[in-house]
Amino acid sequence: MSQDAFIFDAIRTPRGKGKKDGSLYEVKPVSLLTGLMKELQKRNNLDTSKVEDVVIGCVTPIGDQGCDIGKTAVMLADWDESVSAVQINRFCASGLEAVNTCAMKVASGWEDLVVAGGVESMSRVPMGSDGGAWALDPASNFHTGFVPQGVGADLIATLEGFSREDVDAFAAESQRKAAAAQSEGRFDKSRIPVTDQNGVVILDHDEFIRGTTTAEGLAGLNPSFQMPGQMGFDDSAKLKYPQVEEINHIHTPGNSSGIVDGAALVLIGSKKAGEEQGLKPRGRIVSVALTSTEPTIMLTGPAPAARKALEKAGLTADDIDVFEVNEAFASVVMKFQKEMNVPWEKINVNGGSIAMGHPLGATGAMIIGICLDELERQEKRYGLCTLCVGGGMGIATIIERV
Amino acid sequence: MTEAIRFEKDSDNIVTLTIDVPGQSANTMNKTFTEAYQAVVARVESEIDSISGVIIASAKKTFFAGGDLNDIIKVQPEQAVEFFAAVEGLKAPMRTLETLGKPVVAAINGAALGGGFELCLASHHRIALNDKKVKLGLPEVTLGLLPGGGGVVRMTRLLGLEKAFGYLLEGKQVNPQAALKAGLIDDTAETAEELIAKAKAFILANPKAVQPFDVKGFKIPGGNAQAPKVAQMLAILPSILRKKTKGVYPAPEKIIATAAEGTLVDFDTACRIESRYFTELATGQVSKNMIGTLWFQLNEIKGGSSRPKDIPKYTTKKVGVLGAGMMGAGIAYSSAIAGIEVVLKDVTQEAADKGKEYSANLLKKKVSKKRMTQEKMDGILALITPTAQAKDLDGCDLIIEAVFESRELKAKVTQEAEAHMSAEGVFASNTSTLPITGLAEASKNAEKFIGLHFFSPVDKMPLVEIITGEKTNDETLARAFDYVLQTNKTPIVVNDSRGFYTSRTFATFINEGITMLSEGVHPNVIESAALQAGMPVGPLAIQDEVNMNLSRKVTNQSRLDIEAEGGSLPVGAAEILTNQMLDEYKRPGKLDGAGFYEYPKGGKKFVWPELVKLFTKDDVQLPFDDVKERLLFRMSLETLRCYEENVLTSVADANIGSIFGLGFAPWTGGCIQYVNSFGVQNYLDRANELTEKYGERFTAPKILITQAAKGEDFV
Repeated sequence: MSQDAFIFDAIRTPRGKGKKDGSLYEVKPVSLLTGLMKELQKRNNLDTSKVEDVVIGCVTPIGDQGCDIGKTAVMLADWDESVSAVQINRFCASGLEAVNTCAMKVASGWEDLVVAGGVESMSRVPMGSDGGAWALDPASNFHTGFVPQGVGADLIATLEGFSREDVDAFAAESQRKAAAAQSEGRFDKSRIPVTDQNGVVILDHDEFIRGTTTAEGLAGLNPSFQMPGQMGFDDSAKLKYPQVEEINHIHTPGNSSGIVDGAALVLIGSKKAGEEQGLKPRGRIVSVALTSTEPTIMLTGPAPAARKALEKAGLTADDIDVFEVNEAFASVVMKFQKEMNVPWEKINVNGGSIAMGHPLGATGAMIIGICLDELERQEKRYGLCTLCVGGGMGIATIIERV
Repeated sequence: MTEAIRFEKDSDNIVTLTIDVPGQSANTMNKTFTEAYQAVVARVESEIDSISGVIIASAKKTFFAGGDLNDIIKVQPEQAVEFFAAVEGLKAPMRTLETLGKPVVAAINGAALGGGFELCLASHHRIALNDKKVKLGLPEVTLGLLPGGGGVVRMTRLLGLEKAFGYLLEGKQVNPQAALKAGLIDDTAETAEELIAKAKAFILANPKAVQPFDVKGFKIPGGNAQAPKVAQMLAILPSILRKKTKGVYPAPEKIIATAAEGTLVDFDTACRIESRYFTELATGQVSKNMIGTLWFQLNEIKGGSSRPKDIPKYTTKKVGVLGAGMMGAGIAYSSAIAGIEVVLKDVTQEAADKGKEYSANLLKKKVSKKRMTQEKMDGILALITPTAQAKDLDGCDLIIEAVFESRELKAKVTQEAEAHMSAEGVFASNTSTLPITGLAEASKNAEKFIGLHFFSPVDKMPLVEIITGEKTNDETLARAFDYVLQTNKTPIVVNDSRGFYTSRTFATFINEGITMLSEGVHPNVIESAALQAGMPVGPLAIQDEVNMNLSRKVTNQSRLDIEAEGGSLPVGAAEILTNQMLDEYKRPGKLDGAGFYEYPKGGKKFVWPELVKLFTKDDVQLPFDDVKERLLFRMSLETLRCYEENVLTSVADANIGSIFGLGFAPWTGGCIQYVNSFGVQNYLDRANELTEKYGERFTAPKILITQAAKGEDFV
C-alpha cells in the first residue's frame, strides 16, 4: 500500500509584525488561512472535493484561533463540504507536524490528496495565553522542572561557549540574508499577499526584516531572560546541569525569533492524485522524524531529529544541499551546526525566524516551501527542515526536489 | 456529655464548647478529641434551633497545639485509605459548624498553632487574648507537613494565594497584634473575661453568620490560579522555591499545589484535594524524618535525656569568657542576652572591648529593626564586662576559654583563670578538636573540667556540643547542660575523642568533596551535588571558609598525636590536593581572597577557573547520585562509628547534632535517621557498593552490620 508523498505546491502569507502596530493585526487568523486556501485552489485549479483532509497547526488554539480553526477556514473558503479538517498542536513544530502527518496519510495509501499547513496570529492570540498544566499547575511545574525556553537557549550557549558577540553576529547575518533574498524576489513565487475582502492589499512583504541590522547595533539590547533567570529559573536549570555555575544570558529580542503573524499551506498527494488533478510534483517527502530530548534545556532536539530522519532515509548530512533550521534562538542553530558539522553556507540560505519572525503554528509549513523554492533555485536535490520544539522535542523532514 | 469537650449553654442560648483533652497539658487532635468533636458538633447541629451561637474555648493554658504527631509519624503508605478517611472525618464537622447559619466564635486564650489555628479558621469570628505568649500560625511545613484541616484552603480564601503563601510556606507564627493587622483574626481582648464577653457580644449582634467564601459571588483576593497575574507568579514560584529547597522538601511543593489547585474548584472539593496532598505528605518518609528528629528527639534532648538525673537544676550566674575573638565574643553575647553576667577577658583591654563591641553591633541591628528596645539593649550590654585583668573573673561559676587551639596556651589560661573561679565553678574549654581529657590535665580539678564546643557564628548556630573528659563528673555535666539550655541553645553530650563528634564527622564531608575533586569530578558538580543532597554549603566552599592552612595544622597535629600513640595517619588524596593548593597555588581560602573559589571585591564568588583545568577530567562522569551519596554516606558512616565507639551515646544526639551542628540535610532527619530511612540493610548494601567503587572509607562499621542482621532501625 506504501506510496510516495509528493509536494505539489507550498504557499505562505507574508509575515507581519505580531503587535498591534503590525500590518496583519487587523486580519483575523482564520482569514489568513482562508486567503491561502482560495489561492491554493485557484492557482492549482484544484477540485477541492478531492481533498481528503486538511491538517492545520496552531499553537495557541483559543479565542480567535479556537474551535478547530482548520475546519472553520475550509468552510469560509467555500471548499467542498466533504472536506474535513483538523487543528493540531505540537508547539513550534505544528506546521511541520501537519506536513509530516499528511505525508504519512498519503504514504500509507489511506488518503491521496491532503492539505497541510499552519497559522498563528501572535498579535491577536498572545503566545502562552492558552495556559496549560506544564507551567501553570504547580504540581506539574515542579515535576517537570519547568523553565522558559529562553533560559534553555542561554543554557545551550553557556554549555557550548557561545558568546554574546557570536549570537549577535549570527543574528545580523540572518537579517542580511533575509533582506537580500527579499530584494532579489526569491520569496515572490510562493508568498501570497494578504488582501481585504475587496482585493486591496494589506501586506505583500515580510515586514519584520531589518536588513541594516549590525552585530554592533544588536549588542545594545538587554538580555530577555536575565531577570526571570535570576528570579529562580536559572536555579531550576542548574539542578539538572550541576556543572554550570552561572547561566550566561545572551539572548535578546534581536537574536531570538521575532513575534509575527502568518500562515502557510502545503498541498500533498500521491502520484495518482496528482495525475488526476493535473498537478506536477515539485518535491517528494523522503523521510520524517520526531524525537525528544531533555526538557529543561528544551531546545536541543533538531540534531537528533535530523540524524533520525537521515538514518531513515539512508542518507548522511553530506547528502543534504539545503538545511532549514528554525531560528528560534541563535544558539539553537549554532548548536545544530556544531553538532552536525554542516557547512554554514547550506544553512538558512535566505535567513530565518530571527529576521522574518516565527509565527508559531505556521513556521514549520513555511520552511518546507522556502526549502523547496531554494532547491529549485539552486537546482539541488535534498533539503532538510528541522525545528526545536517545546518539551524538548525535535522534528525533521527531508524532501527531495523532483 | 464528653470530657474532652464541655458543652455549656447560657441564658442567651449561647453554647460554649470548652476543649480540655484529658491526660495531656495541651489539646491535640488525637482520637479522643476527634470523637468528642464529631459528637459535640452533631449535638449542636441537632439542637441548632435553640442555639444562638457557639463559642470555641480552651481549658488549657494554650488554646490548641495541633495535630497529634504520635499518630502521624506512624501512618504508612498502605494506610492511605484509612488516613484520608480520618482526615475527611475530622474536617466534616468543622465544615458543618461553619455552615449552620449561626455565628461561631473562636475565643483564643493561648497559642493556637497548626490544627488549633485551623479550628479557629473554621469560625466566623476570631478573638485572641492580647498576650505575647499567644502565638498563631500554621507551622506544619517545618515538620514536612501541610495544614490538612482546611488550613490551606481557608487561608487561601481569606488572604489570597500570595499572602497565604507567606504563612503556609514558612510556617510563620505571629502574635495577636500582627495577626489582627494581617486579617488572620478579627479582634483582641485584654483579659480572659473580656475575651468571652466580646465573643458573646459578637454572637448577639450577629444572629446569622456565613463565611465570606460561602457568600454567592465570592472571589478569592487577588484572583484564582488562572488570573493572569497569579498565573505568572505560579509559573516561576516553583523555581523560586527550589532555589532554596533544591527539591528535597516535598511539603512546600505540595502546599503550593494544594493552594493553587484549590482556587480553581469549589470549597468542598478544594478541601478534599487538600486531604489528598496531606495524606501524601503524612505517609511520606520526609515528614517522618523531620517529625522524629526535629520534634520528638529535639524535645527529648531539651527535656534532659542526655543530662544526669537526680542533680538539681543549676542556674549559672556569672560566666567568664577567655579570649574575645570571634568565638569568645559570640559566647559572651549569647550568655548576656540570656541574662547572665559576663566577664570577657582578653590579653589587652582593647581586644576585650572589641569583643564587647561585637554584641553591641548585633543588638544595634535589632534595635534599628525595632525588634528590641534601647533600654533592653543597654541592659544586656551592661552585663558584659570587658577586661584584661584576671582578677575580674572573681566569683565566676563558669569559665569558658575560647583562645587559640594550642595546648600550651590553653593550659596557661586555664591555670590563670581557675585561681579566680568560685570554688564550685566549672571550667570549660571551647575547643573544636583537642581532646578534653588531655586539656583537663592542666586543671586543678579535672572533675570540674568539661568541653563546651560552640559553633560559629555563635549567635546564629543553635548547637553546643558538650564533651565529657575521662574525669568529668556528673555534676559538672549537669551544670554545663543547664547553662546551654539557659542560653537557648541545644546541647548534645559526647564522650571525649579526637574531633569529638561534630568536627570529626564534618571533616569527612570536606575530605570527600576534595577527594572527588582530585579524582577529576567537576568542582561545580561536587558543590551542586552537596546542595542537592540538602547540605547548606558545598564542601569546597566550606573548606574555603575554614581555610586550608588551619585544616593542615589540625591534620598535622592529629598525625603527631596518633603517631605518639603508636598509630599512623596515611596521607590521602584530599590532603595531597590541599597541600598543592597551599604550596603550589598559594590559595588557602576565603580569608586570603583565593581558595577553591575566587573572591572578586564587591562581586559574587565563583569557582577558580584554573581548578577545572588542573583537576577536572572529562572522562570522569560519576552518576550524580554517587556524588551526592558519597558526601552523605561519609558523614553518616562516621556518625555510626562514633556511635559504635561510644563517642555518641544516643541516636537523638547524633541526629540533632548532625543537623544543628553540621548542617546535615534536615530532610533526612539527621545522620542516623538517614540510615533508617534508607533502610538499614539497603544502606549497608550501598555502603558496600561505595567501598568497592570508591575505597575503604565507606567500609561498614560492625554496628551497622549487626543492626542490618537484626533487621531493626537505630533507635
